Amino acid sequence: MMDKMIFGRYVPAESVIHRMDPRSKLVLIFLFVCIVFLANNMLTYGLLTAYTFFMIALSKVPIRFIYTGLKPVLLLVVFTLFLHLFLTKEGEVLFRFGWITIYEEGLRQGIFISLRFFLLILMTSILTLTTTPIEITDGLESLLNPLNKVKFPVHELALMMSISLRFIPTLMQETDKIMKAQTARGADFTSGPIKERIKAIIPLLIPLFVSSFKRAEELAVAMESRGYRGGEGRTKYRQLSWGLKDTAMLAMLAALALVLFLLRT
Amino acid sequence: MDISLQNVEYRYQVNTPFERLAIKDVSIDIPSGTFLAIIGHTGSGKSTVLQHLNALLKPTEGQVVIGERMITPVKKQKNLKEIRQRVGIVFQFPEHQLFEETVEKDICFGPMNFGVSVEEAQKRAKAAIGQVGLPEEILSKSPFDLSGGQMRRVAIAGVLAMEPDVIVLDEPTAGLDPRGRKEIMDMFYSLHGTRGLSTVLVTHSMEDASRYADQIVIMHNGEVYKKGTPKEIFSSPEGLLKLGLDVPEVVRFQLKMEKSLSIRLSKTCLTMDELTDEIAAVMKRGTAT
Repeated sequence: MMDKMIFGRYVPAESVIHRMDPRSKLVLIFLFVCIVFLANNMLTYGLLTAYTFFMIALSKVPIRFIYTGLKPVLLLVVFTLFLHLFLTKEGEVLFRFGWITIYEEGLRQGIFISLRFFLLILMTSILTLTTTPIEITDGLESLLNPLNKVKFPVHELALMMSISLRFIPTLMQETDKIMKAQTARGADFTSGPIKERIKAIIPLLIPLFVSSFKRAEELAVAMESRGYRGGEGRTKYRQLSWGLKDTAMLAMLAALALVLFLLRT
Repeated sequence: MDISLQNVEYRYQVNTPFERLAIKDVSIDIPSGTFLAIIGHTGSGKSTVLQHLNALLKPTEGQVVIGERMITPVKKQKNLKEIRQRVGIVFQFPEHQLFEETVEKDICFGPMNFGVSVEEAQKRAKAAIGQVGLPEEILSKSPFDLSGGQMRRVAIAGVLAMEPDVIVLDEPTAGLDPRGRKEIMDMFYSLHGTRGLSTVLVTHSMEDASRYADQIVIMHNGEVYKKGTPKEIFSSPEGLLKLGLDVPEVVRFQLKMEKSLSIRLSKTCLTMDELTDEIAAVMKRGTAT
């Protein structure tokens, strides 16, 4: 059941995107999220879409895998589309059927906004699919380092992040295991009325909570006994290195931003 | 209830980059009343095989016949509850599945899911807690206040109270002390005899396999490497040793003795008594065969 989830999943492969410095990837995504809003006509949206699919191709992650993984999110995208379709009442009337009226502006906005939403999801998925959680936190820690000056606990934040990311797969496995154990005892998670289904979650949630607390305590004890005391004076095993490809990627994005800026209406 | 796996293949996460072949071409017959042991290294596919026994997993190739039901890759399965009730699985570290406020409620969870009345479930809980060797007072306690070993027994009682025809055990004694191990295994063995259950035991322990099982299946890299009675399996231990699997202590002793004295006993002995008789016979005759 959890097999198809791609959120927070890393797909190992040999690609330019995989080899990029996590810092440049983070900056790139951040900037992309900003420049997505520059697009406001067919041409600019076309360019953005082309760029996104170019990045997917570069990452060498099979597109079918991304598609099956994002299916549940696509539902949300379609939902956004319909919201705009039915609720925006501007421009010419395109279509009228009974109580449903669709306006030109509604169609336009619906398509553009859901496309924007979709592109954002795709790009951020590329980030998590091609970067290990550890790399992401390392990158984030290094990017946030200047905040240390204002006494912001950067290292602690990064540690919290890496611990929670690290335990997502573990929690998934555990969920799967306990689900199977309770199913074997006759619990039914997949059918029946809503009320029954919500009740059926209790035998799953309680064991998960119990084991999470237990694991947290074990982890704390393990860290304590190895003398962990935060980031001060701590050296890193993985060194981040900014290379030519990172600069090139950012330059490409800058070029895209410039073109978008010129072509928008 | 007879269970039969016929050329079963299972792949995890089909159509993703994580696709992985777990077992292939596995055929195992478990006629009613058999005590079957499945042995193999971690990652040999034992646990995957086990999850096919009550249709938790659907094979990606081949078929599984459970009683009258046939589980095939294509057919969508409905109403598997009957199978789940008749085939009880005790998973590895079953104490992780406890969740209720009291031990009694937790043991009743299984039976009540299968439509047993509260009174009947409570009666079964009382019986089950006795079977696993715990006092009845424990029924009113919270399962989270118990020791690890007690929790394990409560979880096992939860499966026993379902009154299955087939009981599947995934390393039920992992992490227990030697005495607890023996108690629990003896308990399952006597249940196997008195209730006429089929028992499937997944284990690392060759001692347990040779002591309790009448059929042994050795799994290696997702395939059935060998199957047969304990005598057949352990009479040619070379293959097992090559796979890095152990043989029971008694067999190991016999092998060593045969080697250092350059003799050969007439049969492979699985228990200490058998071996001593055999040695005594040889000493009496003065020569070995």
